[in-house]
Amino acid sequence: MTTVDDLRERTRALLAEHDPGEALAFLRARFDAGLAWVHFPEGLGGLGLARELQSVVDAELAAAGAPGNDPEKIGIGLGMAAPTILAFGTDEQRKRLLRPLWTGEEVWCQLFSEPGAGSDLAAVGTRAVRDGDGWRVTGQKVWTSNAHSAKWAILLARTDPDLPKHAGLSYFVLDMTDPGVEVRPLRQITGEAEFNEVFLTDAHIPDTLRLGEVGNGWRVAQATLMNERVAIGGRPIPREGGMIGVVAGTWRARPESRTAELHDRLLRGWVESEALRLAGMRLRQQLAVGAPGPEGSAMKLGFARLAQELSGLEVELLAEDGLRYDDWTLRRPDRVEFTGREAGYRYLRAKGNSIEGGTSEILRNIIAERILGLPTEPRADKDVPWKDLPR
Amino acid sequence: MTDLLYSDVEEDLRASVRDLLADRVDAAAILARCETGEPHDRDTWRALAEVGVTSLQVPEELGGQGASLRETAVAQEELGRAVAPVPFLGSAVLATAALLDCGADDLTRALAEGTATATLAVSLATAPGAAFPSGVSVVGGRLGGVVRAVADTSIADLLVVPAIGDGGPELHAVRVADVGVTITPSVSLDLTRPVADVELTGVASERLAGPDRAESTVDNSLLVGAGMLAAEQVGLAEWCVQSTVDYLRERHQFGRPVGSFQALKHRLADLWSSLVSARAASRYAADTLATGDPDARIAVHLAASFCSALAVRAAEECVQLHGGIGMTWEHPAHLYLKRAKANEIALGTPGTHRTRLAPLVDLPA
Ligand SMILES: Cc1cc2nc3c(=O)[nH]c(=O)nc-3n(C[C@H](O)[C@H](O)[C@H](O)COP(=O)(O)OP(=O)(O)OC[C@H]3O[C@@H](n4cnc5c(N)ncnc54)[C@H](O)[C@@H]3O)c2cc1C
Repeated sequence: MTTVDDLRERTRALLAEHDPGEALAFLRARFDAGLAWVHFPEGLGGLGLARELQSVVDAELAAAGAPGNDPEKIGIGLGMAAPTILAFGTDEQRKRLLRPLWTGEEVWCQLFSEPGAGSDLAAVGTRAVRDGDGWRVTGQKVWTSNAHSAKWAILLARTDPDLPKHAGLSYFVLDMTDPGVEVRPLRQITGEAEFNEVFLTDAHIPDTLRLGEVGNGWRVAQATLMNERVAIGGRPIPREGGMIGVVAGTWRARPESRTAELHDRLLRGWVESEALRLAGMRLRQQLAVGAPGPEGSAMKLGFARLAQELSGLEVELLAEDGLRYDDWTLRRPDRVEFTGREAGYRYLRAKGNSIEGGTSEILRNIIAERILGLPTEPRADKDVPWKDLPR
Repeated sequence: MTDLLYSDVEEDLRASVRDLLADRVDAAAILARCETGEPHDRDTWRALAEVGVTSLQVPEELGGQGASLRETAVAQEELGRAVAPVPFLGSAVLATAALLDCGADDLTRALAEGTATATLAVSLATAPGAAFPSGVSVVGGRLGGVVRAVADTSIADLLVVPAIGDGGPELHAVRVADVGVTITPSVSLDLTRPVADVELTGVASERLAGPDRAESTVDNSLLVGAGMLAAEQVGLAEWCVQSTVDYLRERHQFGRPVGSFQALKHRLADLWSSLVSARAASRYAADTLATGDPDARIAVHLAASFCSALAVRAAEECVQLHGGIGMTWEHPAHLYLKRAKANEIALGTPGTHRTRLAPLVDLPA
């Protein structure tokens, strides 16, 4: 029996034995059957197969109308925390954390950026200090998406300020319900507060929730960021699956708004979107077994630029209706919904695409230096103890 | 000869408008106001009227300053730089141009003296050269119809309304307070220049112009508006460039000012270079409009197309180069982004202006 047939059989067995109407129980059973993410190891929601085979399972389940795990809501968990836990976690950590992460029972957020450490992430100043068999963490994080709905955070903190900035970092999993964690909404240009400020005051982390060695946090964080960029730019989408589909829909629905100039821009956007989509498909095929490389940066760069150009085009195309906005009300959403909102929202929210997850400028530096091998910028701060850095 | 510079008098005017706005309009105040029922800053508007900034191009005998649209453009640059929430475009530019053009002296005087505020009741998305608006008709001597997306209605006392009468296009004045006038504000992309839908049902009006004049009056008003809006975009773009430069000088990452990275220097240098052309194009539009130069129509399409595209780019760069802070409500960058983007649609998109320009410069499609 081929792998594909076997997967189909397993999926049908899952559907036969578990009621898809019981969403949570079904998702847990799916995880336990290794059909959550087939490229993960057995016992952790997978079967140790090639990533691309997931589509076989997904197609069967979709045809049966089985419930999903709401990936838009748990993207940080799926795209960033999970691969990092898989790569660097202990067996206990993987067993404890991955199942509720995947089923969506536990939402994750990312406590990396700080007011003084954005592009220069290795400069983070949030301190983690040993306290018995655990750690006490104090500092301020910022721009934390979904902190208000998260159970867990992946956290980058400084464990040794006497070492140079990259060397003194460690990577933790933080329980967001700890009394030392305070989450305050930060309103965005869209009107809503999708991200937050997070204040940590002696927040407690047991040492069993450290990911990777003490002092190895930068390497672990790099793995998270690579995965984030792949997650942002490289997920499988059908033709016209992204922003281009939305704008194409508007175009088709509004013959009265069409002009030759807009048409040309739309078609350019269509061509570029489709070429980028194919590049993503190709990248995933290359990656089917290996770990994500820096090529994900190119995907994310293209995705952000197109999302911005096309959403800007849509507002222009709407002309009089583009002068309106759907709703400025301050809300705290648990996901980014490009399609549930109107053009003005898409235009404004897409501005964040070239900032979140590493700015487009930083991605260009990564491409230039790590892929093309161009000489790096002189880095005066590299070997200086973190505590002595000018700031 | 065309004068593309600023005279000393114009520089003085700029300084005084800038001072006045600096004292009154800051981002915190704008943000506090923009989600209330009174998005326009009435006090600042009054203060501008008191010093004559709202009637610069109106002749002295009609209560104005006897200057020209060159000066109006300077004021509008400064209003753009401050994203000031005042109905300058609707009242001091569009309505005033229409009233002046059709010889409505009493109403012109009322606006010039600051005793009334008005707006032109057309969709803000209407470009000069468009067909005469047909949303309102004259039936039995009364006005009825709907106009969507009208700018600057919130403190207007008066609407200048294009309407279709028995004999064709007409222009009417309507008092907002009169029976049958309903103004419904829209939730707007531009928080500082919101639009509203205007509905008229059997409204009494004063007829300002008939078929012989109404069409050219409205078109001229839109042309003047688009020219002045280009000046606003220049002021706005300038703020975006300057505030980004200031921020990148201060903001440190990797142990050095972010502005020391050549990739960013070049982006700002490119923006600044485009501003050089934008300013010239905008000045040319203002000067040709002021002098009645036959090249004015070309000049306006040119300026509107160029300056809007630049302002949007400058505002987008401003957000991007501020990083996470630029994405926050608290930081003023978004006020500029929203204004620049809405202005890109207002009185014609850059694409529309280029389309209108094409036959004028013998480049048919
Ligand atoms: C919508 C949104 C959601 C986010 N969600 C999260 C989250 O969940 N968790 C989290 O930890 N963070 C999150 N972030 C933060 C994001 O990762 C940072 O904003 C980003 O890394 C940039 O950091 P900064 O804001 O400090 O900008 P800065 O680093 O100060 O950058 C300012 C400008 O300088 C440029 N720049 C900086 N260094 C260089 C250089 N060497 N060469 C050229 N240009 C340079 C930048 O590209 C940028 O344009 C989010 C941000 C946004 C906008």
